[in-house]
Amino acid sequence: MILSQELHEHHEPAGFLRKYIFSTDHKVIGIQYLLTAMFMALVAAFLAILIRIQQAWPETAVVAPETYLSLVTMHGTLMVFFVISLALVSAFGNFLIPLQIGARDMAYPFLNMLSYWVIVPACLLMIASFFVEGGAAAAGWTAYPPLSALKEAVPGSGLGQTLWLLGMALFIASFTMGGLNFLTTILNLRTKGMSMMRLPLVVWTFLISTILGLLSFPALTAAAIMLLLDRHAGTSFFMPAGIVIGEKVLSHGGGTPLLFQHLFWFLGHPEVYVLVLPAVGIAFEVIAAFARRPPFGYRISVYALLVIAFLSMIVWGHHMFTSGMNPYVGEYFSTATVLITVPFAVLGLNLIASLWRGRLRLQTPMLFGLGIISAIGTGGLGGLYLGTAASDIYFHETYFVVGHFHFMIGTVTFFAIFAGIYYWFPKMFGRRMSERLGMIHFWLTIIPMFSAFILMHVQGIGGNLRRTYDPSSYAFNEPVRFMHVWITVLTFVLSAGQILFLVNFFWSLLFGRKAEDNPWEATTLEWSVSSPAPHGNWGAELPVVESGAYSYDPSSSDKDFLLQAPSWKTSQ
Amino acid sequence: MVAGFFVAIMILTVLLFLARPWIPPVASQHGNGIDFLINYLLLTSGVIFIAGHLILSAFVWKYSRRGAPPYRPLSSRTEWAWVLLPVLLMTAISEAGVLVLGLPIWEELYGKEPKDCITVEAVGKQFEWITRYPGKDGKFGKVRPDLVHDIENPLGLDKDDPAAKDDIVLRGPLHLPEGKLAQVQLRSHDVIHSYTVPQFRIKQDLLPGFTTSARFRPVRAGKYEVACAELCGLGHYRMRNEILVEPEKDFQAWLSQQKGWFE
Repeated sequence: MILSQELHEHHEPAGFLRKYIFSTDHKVIGIQYLLTAMFMALVAAFLAILIRIQQAWPETAVVAPETYLSLVTMHGTLMVFFVISLALVSAFGNFLIPLQIGARDMAYPFLNMLSYWVIVPACLLMIASFFVEGGAAAAGWTAYPPLSALKEAVPGSGLGQTLWLLGMALFIASFTMGGLNFLTTILNLRTKGMSMMRLPLVVWTFLISTILGLLSFPALTAAAIMLLLDRHAGTSFFMPAGIVIGEKVLSHGGGTPLLFQHLFWFLGHPEVYVLVLPAVGIAFEVIAAFARRPPFGYRISVYALLVIAFLSMIVWGHHMFTSGMNPYVGEYFSTATVLITVPFAVLGLNLIASLWRGRLRLQTPMLFGLGIISAIGTGGLGGLYLGTAASDIYFHETYFVVGHFHFMIGTVTFFAIFAGIYYWFPKMFGRRMSERLGMIHFWLTIIPMFSAFILMHVQGIGGNLRRTYDPSSYAFNEPVRFMHVWITVLTFVLSAGQILFLVNFFWSLLFGRKAEDNPWEATTLEWSVSSPAPHGNWGAELPVVESGAYSYDPSSSDKDFLLQAPSWKTSQ
Repeated sequence: MVAGFFVAIMILTVLLFLARPWIPPVASQHGNGIDFLINYLLLTSGVIFIAGHLILSAFVWKYSRRGAPPYRPLSSRTEWAWVLLPVLLMTAISEAGVLVLGLPIWEELYGKEPKDCITVEAVGKQFEWITRYPGKDGKFGKVRPDLVHDIENPLGLDKDDPAAKDDIVLRGPLHLPEGKLAQVQLRSHDVIHSYTVPQFRIKQDLLPGFTTSARFRPVRAGKYEVACAELCGLGHYRMRNEILVEPEKDFQAWLSQQKGWFE
């Protein structure tokens, strides 16, 4: 269904406050999300550095055990929900969707602004929780009760855990508003000629992620509310009878902690794909533009994405093979889980084959794009060991899991964020980033990141358990313990690389070379408009799309690409 | 350069995995099956990992050079034909792991309760493991949460239950006979813990309100570390215990010297 958009002049708001702070312009909101995510990334990275120091040199006891648990809990929560979700889905989704489908803005601009301004207090609550009595939440990012429900169980389960739950509730409210906007916009506001099969793949991934998010987040909302009630209203949704802490029998009874795990992972697993799919989408965009050829198997990729989305909703139990869940159910979850490797392998093949007979331009966005292919392969194959229930008995809760998800929702997503920033920076800010600094940043990112997370896989094979304050407390850790020092040193190198990125980002923002409208000679709609993209995006007339998203023809000698709406510019 | 990196990281990863068998030597019967499964996954995923990275770097190297063969569009038929390769390969590899190699292990771990086995209980509480043997009557006595006292009655054994009289409660290592199937019943007093012995390839969560169990046949005498694998609070990292696996004769001699908690 393609609705024609009414032609009404979009007057740019005049005041600073309406233009940059309480803006309803999707591009400004996208950039606000990006900057917020970058700030939260600094916080989460700082936590990671402390974790790494403690793991490498436990004898220095740089933090106390209770602080360490808060660190791992908040590092995970902030990175997954407040850095990667915000940067990859909210920031790029908001910035790109209207520009790439030929719309003037999101379907509900005011709701869009609201979704951002709900995230701000959520971030503040999370940060504030470090400074309350008992410290930040310390029951892991998974917040399993009873640990997360009883303040007698761990200090972080006091006010810190309450703030965590409220912050998550606000996050979900915001993500739901944003998701409804994405869904409606993509389905209803496509310009003339932009059929579904002409959408850039990244828009497809935003659409699918959004649907996954809208279907799965309500489960966590319910779980968060029930946990809040268990904590403060004396209910027992997750609490069985007979819990004894410090010789005191608690008055709870009639609930089960397994219920929370099911509700959490009903969200938690699709959430992984909410993050990974847009990363794959960005990889397709970047690789098409820098390999100068259409991606291999566009239609097949769309089908693979749909299969992944469907499977991701029915495999949550693979996080619970050892939880005491019925073993028959466990075996079903295992059988379904490893099937996800099939559509993922198809995506991997399509990404690699998209290089075949291209004319590769190895600029910064492309380097990160290539990194995504390798990381998906490595992380995805690691998933086999964990999805297979019998081998997961050994690998569950070891560093193998940590290495695996840091490849999938750490490396793949961060590489996509970097590829996206380097690629769309000209369209966001009208300036170019330094290619030289970008190259150094790439090498200072890929080398330490890949090495550190591969070492974590090896530690996991050695049996090193995660979330242990002091890895020297178990003798079976000894053969792999020295790797903690290596990983920590690699973390320092990685951090130095990211400082370089921040310097490049802000320096280019102010002093970068002015960007042309289509600096990468790409084909999708956003490259038709001027850089930075103007308010209302399209001036007097909306573009009319005449071809698919990737009209590259490397065999032609002069101009090897065709914009999706080639006649739009001249009509202005 | 980036093509070289992919080859380099691939080789380094393979060497690191092969450098030495990092996995602690297996000491239980079903553990051999798990190790076989892990080796199967290492081999199959290793081949895909190596091939994928070689092709990726070859493409990057070749098509970023001048004079590479020019692009030509492929028919949708050809694309679908290529896609069959990952579809068939991954379906076969992954489901063979789960169903052919994995299911028999699952059966050993969770199948029908065997008759001839020694049953013990391990109770997790912040932050220690308490062991209980049923005593001469072979029956675990009743426990009541309100009777729990850290020193005098750590499990809350009910004195009035005759079956509880001879129950042996230990705060130290768990003893098990070599070669005999062991069924460790798991209960938690407070939060979720997870009973894991890396050498035995077992890991089983303890949930308050439930009784779960871990089943294994230790095949080598020796001392093994028990760890907690589920975040359970401040002392999670030091919630350890030991299992002493001894020849049947030594085990029986040891057991006969133990007194019941109320004896």
